[in-house]
Amino acid sequence: MNTTEHILIVFGVLFVLLNIAAGLIWVERRLLALWQDRLGPNRAGPLGIFIVLADTLKLFFKEDWVPPFADKWVFITAPAIVVASVLMSFVIIPFAPGIVVADLNIGIIFFLAMSSLGVYSIVLGGWASNNKYALLGALRGASQMIAYEVFMGLSLMGVVMLSGSFNLGEIVAAQKNLWFVVTQPVGFVVFLIAGIAETHRLPFDIPEAESELIAGYHAEYSGMKFGMFFIGEYLGVTLISAMIVTLFFGGWLGPAFLPPLVWFVIKLFFFIGLFILLRASLPRPRYDQLISYGWKILLPLVLLNVLVTGAIALYLRG
Amino acid sequence: MSTLFYISSLVAIASTIMVITRYHPVHALLFLAVSFLSVGMIFLSLGAPFVAALEVIVYAGAIIVLFIFVVMMLNLGRETAQQEKEWLKPKVWVVPSILVLILLAEMTILLFQGPDQAMQVSVVDPRKVALSLYGEYIIAVELTGFLLMAGIVGAAHIGKHQRKELHRFLQNGEEEKARQLREPESVTNEQTVLHD
Repeated sequence: MNTTEHILIVFGVLFVLLNIAAGLIWVERRLLALWQDRLGPNRAGPLGIFIVLADTLKLFFKEDWVPPFADKWVFITAPAIVVASVLMSFVIIPFAPGIVVADLNIGIIFFLAMSSLGVYSIVLGGWASNNKYALLGALRGASQMIAYEVFMGLSLMGVVMLSGSFNLGEIVAAQKNLWFVVTQPVGFVVFLIAGIAETHRLPFDIPEAESELIAGYHAEYSGMKFGMFFIGEYLGVTLISAMIVTLFFGGWLGPAFLPPLVWFVIKLFFFIGLFILLRASLPRPRYDQLISYGWKILLPLVLLNVLVTGAIALYLRG
Repeated sequence: MSTLFYISSLVAIASTIMVITRYHPVHALLFLAVSFLSVGMIFLSLGAPFVAALEVIVYAGAIIVLFIFVVMMLNLGRETAQQEKEWLKPKVWVVPSILVLILLAEMTILLFQGPDQAMQVSVVDPRKVALSLYGEYIIAVELTGFLLMAGIVGAAHIGKHQRKELHRFLQNGEEEKARQLREPESVTNEQTVLHD
């Protein structure tokens, strides 16, 4: 791969991702409307797709306000961290054979490192706002994300054991005969749950629970700074869906009548749709329920999964 | 690679100095996070990607977040920063800094006297790390496991200890009386249910 091609891939991936994240505003609102038996935004443009443009314009022209009681520089940095850390994670995802920004041999570990840095945006945003609801949201967000990071990392270890690599390209290649969702169903379910908690989407959007905390950690944000949190959330949904597709559903593998990239995108949008369906159908658990569910059910389950997978892998090998 | 090494070392030193000189604890912790990230970068430039990623996950991603978490709950405001400012007078830090600078000068001279060594970069991939951890250093891994287990057991013990709290009507040995009052009632209720 020469340098020009590589630069093209970098900017192409960035361009497509940002557009997907913005487009998801419309997708989510239309799908939610469909499942709630109403129409949703359908006026501006064909099928209402210009709602994305309207939302973006609105965010850009709102007053970009830093409260006088806030810690100014931390307040400004916090929204940048979420978008930066999620975009950095996309570096390792193989979208199709040859279309990957950096083919790292520590791929999964790099993803976990970036997702652990994402916690900072919530913690710092909530703390710098100097507002009690924002602080409560930040506290919840921090403990939720630190707790679920553990299960997220452990749930991927089965996949790593079976494929013998942290490299995502090799993991996809190892699924040529059988997708890992068949051999690692527990890992898949735990990763999906931990992924929802990591992106703090409904039903696990406890850090921003609007009915009790107004908007939680981003209560004081306005304009494009709020927009960064907003886009960061959609990028996070896209990232977790892409990771699920790559790790458990064979990545770009698929029957030959469609090109690999198309298979990847189809699977990706299936899981994005699943995320939105979960939001539409599930109620929010209580905060202590969420944490004790994680430590009392998911942790033993995922440790057992690692143990059993390791035993079977050893037995099959020799 | 060596350019990257020197840049990240400079960032590490600068951010660590910033950690010491900040008056606000949260700002200091943020610079500490930057310092850990640059140390991770140093590991990466020396050919240890796995350790670099672990540095980011464990130190920058978990430990500093927990520190910030605690500091956040303490709600340290402008007064603490002011107090810190008063404590950090030149009178306090000049003498130790001069002593440390002397040591630094000595170390630099010693380093320059020694034979020249070119920086060697050999990439250590996750497989090599795993093999040495679970082969050569298995005892250290097991002992660390024991230590962490002890920590978890201790935390569970502290967390489980609950204070017995009674309603104010039930204090001063009244709970016995209350139970006696309650129990006949429940028995009669059950009997009526059975009769129905």
